[in-house]
Amino acid sequence: MKDQIQQIIEHEDVVLFMKGTPQFAMCGNSQRALDALRRAGAPVTAVDILPDPAIRQELTALSGWPTIPQVFVRGELIGGADIVEVLEQSGELEKTLREKLGDEYRGEERVVAVA
Amino acid sequence: MNRLEELLGEAFPGDDVSVEDRTGGGDHFQVTVVSPRFDGLSLVEQHRLVYDALAAPLADGTIHELRISTKGTG
Repeated sequence: MKDQIQQIIEHEDVVLFMKGTPQFAMCGNSQRALDALRRAGAPVTAVDILPDPAIRQELTALSGWPTIPQVFVRGELIGGADIVEVLEQSGELEKTLREKLGDEYRGEERVVAVA
Repeated sequence: MNRLEELLGEAFPGDDVSVEDRTGGGDHFQVTVVSPRFDGLSLVEQHRLVYDALAAPLADGTIHELRISTKGTG
């Protein structure tokens, strides 16, 4: 599972580890992070951490970040809901997406399962 | 809430620290820290310092939800 999480972080452009799914977030902070990413037009790959407590344990061991949600862009931890909101409001998030993914960064949302 | 203020006060002595119990239930907190230690650090690094200070209540489940706002003084 650790390898799978690592693979997702490294290979997906924008990853949101969240409680629940984009269709039904189970936590206010996950929803806030998702909303900020959506406003910036980020091509979000969402991973629900709720199906197995081990997902969160392995993720936090990898990232050293104790809370959910966690947002990664091209393998780099961008932050949790508070940081992503601040970055979106200041325009930094869009700038980062452009720098890392190119001007045509906008894309579809999708969900990936970890097992 | 007092415990969180204590821990943050120890980690950021003399700095502007505030803790708000967002729901009154003692487990959803808004933490605000203004410190010169944040100057020149990324937001991720700034929040990591706050998480380090609150490692114990994060690990033992005292904190169910944490919102963090950080600011340098520079």
